[in-house]
Formats: sequence, C-alpha cells, structure tokens
Amino acid sequence: MIQAIRSAHDVMMERDATVVALGQDIGYFGGVFRCTEGLQKKYGEHRVIDAPIAEGGIIGTAIGMGVNGLRPVAEIQFADYIYPGFDQIVSELSRLRYRSCGDFFAPVTIRTPCGGGIRGGQTHSQSPEGIFTHISGVKTVMVSNPYDAKGLLIAAIESNDPVVFFEPKRIYNGPFDGDPDKPSVSWASHPKGEVPEGYYTVPLGKAEIIEKGTDLTIVTYGTIVHVAQAAAKKAGVDAEIIDVRTLMPLDVETLRDSVNKTGRCLVAHEATRFCGYGAELVASVQKECFWHLEAPISRVTGWDTPYPHAFEWQYFPVQQRLVDGIRKVMEAG
Amino acid sequence: MTKNPKLHIPQPTARPGDPPDFSYIDLSEAGAIDRPPTDAAVRDIEYLATGLVRVLDDDHEAKGPWAPDLDPETLLKALEIMVLTRAYDDRMLRIQRQGKISFYIQALGEEAVSVGPGLAFEDGDMMFPAYRNQGLYILRNTGLVDMMCQCLSNTRDMCKGRQMPIFYHNREKNVFSISGNLTTQFPQAVGWAMGAAIKGDDHIAASWIGDGSTAEADFHHALTFAAVYNAPVVLNVTNNQWAISTFQGFAGGERQSFASRGPGYGMPGIRVDGNDLLATYAVSRWAAERARSGGGPTLIEFVTYRGGAHSTSDDPTRYRPKDEWKAFPLGDPIERLIGHLEQLGQWSRSQQESLEVKMKEKVSAAWKEAITFGTMTDPPFLDVELMFEDVFEETPQHLKEQRDKLLAMRGGRS
Repeated sequence: MIQAIRSAHDVMMERDATVVALGQDIGYFGGVFRCTEGLQKKYGEHRVIDAPIAEGGIIGTAIGMGVNGLRPVAEIQFADYIYPGFDQIVSELSRLRYRSCGDFFAPVTIRTPCGGGIRGGQTHSQSPEGIFTHISGVKTVMVSNPYDAKGLLIAAIESNDPVVFFEPKRIYNGPFDGDPDKPSVSWASHPKGEVPEGYYTVPLGKAEIIEKGTDLTIVTYGTIVHVAQAAAKKAGVDAEIIDVRTLMPLDVETLRDSVNKTGRCLVAHEATRFCGYGAELVASVQKECFWHLEAPISRVTGWDTPYPHAFEWQYFPVQQRLVDGIRKVMEAG
Repeated sequence: MTKNPKLHIPQPTARPGDPPDFSYIDLSEAGAIDRPPTDAAVRDIEYLATGLVRVLDDDHEAKGPWAPDLDPETLLKALEIMVLTRAYDDRMLRIQRQGKISFYIQALGEEAVSVGPGLAFEDGDMMFPAYRNQGLYILRNTGLVDMMCQCLSNTRDMCKGRQMPIFYHNREKNVFSISGNLTTQFPQAVGWAMGAAIKGDDHIAASWIGDGSTAEADFHHALTFAAVYNAPVVLNVTNNQWAISTFQGFAGGERQSFASRGPGYGMPGIRVDGNDLLATYAVSRWAAERARSGGGPTLIEFVTYRGGAHSTSDDPTRYRPKDEWKAFPLGDPIERLIGHLEQLGQWSRSQQESLEVKMKEKVSAAWKEAITFGTMTDPPFLDVELMFEDVFEETPQHLKEQRDKLLAMRGGRS
C-alpha cells in the first residue's frame, strides 16, 4: 500500500505541476512510513517540502498554497498528531468555500496514518475519523487496500474539496485478518494488492461490496474490512461485506440496497464506539431499511478507552469479537 | 528566609476613573531611526524592533530617512480613503444601533494601519486582513454598496447570508475572506507566499492580526514557516493596546515589543508609529521590497490605539478610561495627515470639510442603494436554499435531502 500511495503522488506530480507535498520527514528521508520516498529527488525541494514539526503550520500554509492555485498534499505523520492543526481544518479549510461563496477554496488533501495493531500505544494508534466526518465541508476517506489507496488518493488530490485521507498503518505492508498470532502476510497474494502503474481513480463517495452474500450485511472500512472477511468465514455465514471507503459523503444507496436484501446488519470499526462513525452508519441503515430489518443492527468497535499499549489485542476488534457480533445479529429476531 | 515565587498579573496603567497613562509606550523622535538597506542582515537591524519609526513630527513635517517619496495626489488619496473609512464606520455603527444590522466593528483611530500599508503593495499581491482592516477593502475598490449588502445579509450579499457583518472578501482585488477565528490567516498568508515562490511569480502576501492575537499558536506557526522558508510575506501586528478588555500586556507586550518577536525567529521586526500614514507606508514599502527581492519576511508592529469599542457588543467604559484615546501620544491618523498636507500647502480646513461632506454623501447614497436589495427585516430576502450550497463544490445527496426537507416544511421554495 505504501508503494501505491507513493505512486499516486508520483502520477499526480508528473501530470500536474501544481501538486506539491509537505510534511515532517517526507522529503529527503521519504517519510517515516516511506510513502514519499524518492519524490523529492525527482520533483525537487520546492515540490516535496520537509516541514517543521507544527501540524497547525503545515495545514495553515497548505491552505494558503491552495488558495494560491496549488494542490497541496499534506502529510500528518500520525493521526494522533493532527490536533494542533484541527482549528485550521475545522474553522478554515472546511468552511472557506462556504464563507466566500466559492470565491476562495483550498483543494488540500491531508494524508494521515491511523489505527492500531502496531504496538503504538495511545499516541500512535488512534482512529479519529469520526471527528472529521462531523465537520461540514471536508470529505473523509479511509482506505483498506493498495488499489483503492492509489485510486482514491488521486481522486482526492484532483478534488476541489478538501479531503482528510486516513491510511490504516497496520495494513501498510499487508492485509491483517484480525488474528495477531498468525504470521504477517504481504499484499502480493491479495487481489487488491495489484496496482496499475499509471493514472486511474477510484471515485470519492462510492462504497464497494467486497463480498456478495445473503445472510447479513457487514458495513465496515479500513483494517476491519479484512477482519470481517475472516470472521464471516469463521462464523460460517454468507455475509455481504461493504467497504464504505468514503465516510463523508456516505454512499447510503449501496448500504440500503444490501441491507434491504439481507435484512441483517453489523457495523464494525476500530475507533471508539460512543458517538463514533458507526453510530451514523447505524442511524442511516435504520432510517433506510427499518421495515426490512429482521434483527436489531449491532456494532463491534474499539472500547471507549484510550488505546492501551499492553492490551492492544484486547482493545482491537479482533476476529472473535466480529464472530460474536455476527452470531448475535444472526440469532436475533 | 526563602521567598516564594509569585505570579505577575499584568495591569494596565489606567482603569475607568483614572487619568490616562501612556508612559509605558516608548517613543522615538520623528526621523530618529536609521533606515537600513532592504537587504540588511537581521542581526544588524534589531534596533528597528525596539525603536519607533516615525516620519511626521509634532509640526506635521516629514523627517528623516524613512520619509517616503509620495506625491501629494497619493497622500490626498490616502486621506480620502481614511476619511471615507471613518464616514462608513460612523454610519454603519449608527445603523447597527438602529437595529438594521446585527453587529459592527469600527476601525476608528487605526485607519492608517490599513491604508498606508495597502498603498505599499501591488495589485497582484494578496492581502489577508483581520476584521478591523475595512480600509483595505475600501482602498482596493470594494464598492461600499457591496460592503453594506454584506452587513445586511441581503440579496446582493457577497456571502449569501453566511457571515456576520464585516466578514468581507474580494477575490477579484486579492483581498482574502475574513475569519472570526483569530490569527488563522497568518500561516495562510505565509503559505500563499510560499506558493507564489513555488510557482515562480513575484507576488507577495501580507497579513494583519492584532496584539492580542500574537498569543495564538498560529502566530508562532506563521513566523516559524515564514522564517524557515524565507517566504515573501509581510506580517503585520496592529497593536491597538486592547483586545476587547484585555490590554496588550496579557499578550506579552509588557517586557518586549511585539516587533521584537521578529528577530527571535530570524526576520526583521519593525516597530512603527501606526498613526503616521507616511511611516506606515514607508515601512511596508521597505518590507515589500525586501520580500519581493528574495529577502524574506518582515514582522511589523503598528503602534496605534483602538479609538472605539471592540465591537458593537462591547462597552469599553467598563475597563478603560473614557478619554484615553484623546491622551494617546500618537494622536489621530487623519488629523496628522491633514496637518501634513496643510504644511505642504496642499490642503486646507475648508477643503477637509467639503471632503468630509462628500464622503458622508457617498456613504448615504450607497446605503440608499444597498437597502433596495433588502435588509434583515424588509424584502427582498435571500433564498433559504442558498444555505445548502458551497459546502462542497457539488452538493451531495444528504444536503439535497435536507434542503428539500426544509423547503417542504416552508411549503415549497422560498
């Protein structure tokens, strides 16, 4: 997935001279996760910019660059560190088009690694997507595989709307099925691990049905897509698994059609539950599909605590928790 | 015996009932501060951050190396814009008191901080103003009718009813949209300037914030990024002594001037008489030339005084002496420019009187036209569905549904 993200930068910087990247450690070093490796050498220090450790400054200056006709891609090294830039995102980036009636806007993409499963403790594991989907005026994406990562990132860079783009770092190097005891696997054998070299996009605002099924619908995104696939298999159910991909704006239609067909729905994400993004998913499905539901919609999420270092796998919605969630939805009603 | 550390709680020199006391403001004589070349090294010009660059002396004569080469026509234009700004403010304040607009902010006493610097930049340079820089919009030919319609949230409102009064923008004339969140425009201006350099054009950016706003993290972000990348930007701090009821000591102005922050980051800091139109122009011109020729950013502190309330929601008699402005040692920027033009033989009191009448008439005529586009209480009104536009470039489905729901509730389209 790292190569896919790097390739998205490369393709866009090659095609469009207004695309620039900025962030901590992204230039000479190529980023702590290597997502921008080699780009500074290719495009120069004025287009791949090493930035001071100041997220508010990175996002604030990216907005100014965007207003001046550039398409900045700002990397925030960990989603856990995005908060010093939060005011610039909430009060400025998201509302500039609105408050100036389209006279000013800043097509900024903010990329940031999120999620746990890498022994990052409470400061390198957060999934704060729900905070961003609550803002009016930014699009929010979370990717689950290399093919989508490249296509969605290109779409985000090309979008005239600001996009907060979450990359679950646990799946940077390979899919993770939620069983921490199994050896890591690479993307090589995954169908979505194959990434075309050139330009293509995956449209913003479209969910994808990862697996077709009839027993229940699992609505999820990010790392948990892979956990859900493994859990459905383990539970022995014919699940329809939907990868939401773009959280804001939400593709309600795909969710509705699926749940109206299956009559059962499980929502799963890694982030904390209370007021989490899953609450919106549940509310949307309930509104669209209430008369088709055969069981209450259920949620499997991270616990409502900070992300603990020592209890990572007790916190993370591992396979077994998904299996339990699936059974609960299947047995109810 | 050990002495326990005690906190220092900054106190203004005068409170209501006290005689005004501006002894804390360090003054320099007009013409006393050297004007270095625009490519001078920061370490050689740190004196600019603690002195006070002044051009006009007590007899309104232009003195010293900073005296700019401005022809009388330009000075008269500056005067006209300042007088117009004051006339506009005066009228809008009264209109707010009549309940016809919800809110207003005057620039009384600090008109030169917008107009002097504004004249120093080129049309293609991008301005990132604060909320008390209406003079910049007026200087850059934003029509008074358009500004009034914004304050009225009427059918000709440039903001389509989305912003409180005075939060203007002017894309065509390169004046950015005003934010109510303080200091956010400072790093944005730096980013805009970085963008200009990345694109290889020679435009520069300028931004304004107040003394209170220097306490925000974005001030640090802006100065760090501007200095690190040598961005072609001019960063202005309008030190009008008061942030609502909080005097400038609470932003850290007691022990060092705000301009002194500049050299700490590696850029020149210049403290300037903000009520001296010639000085505000000269210093901005110096900084603009430095930026445009690759010399990087400059931080400028304009020492001035907020002559009016913070806003129409504020009552300054509760926290500062009533007559403080009259005692301010740097006077009134309009009176000082009039004095200078008189001294040059270019202006007279009767000409000033007729200018003021003319500007008032201009404002009145604009108001008459503005209200034909509606007010908060009188039609025509804005279409309510405009609320749902421009959240994104294309309106997504959920917003269309919410719009239709609201319209249905109102019995069809507004």
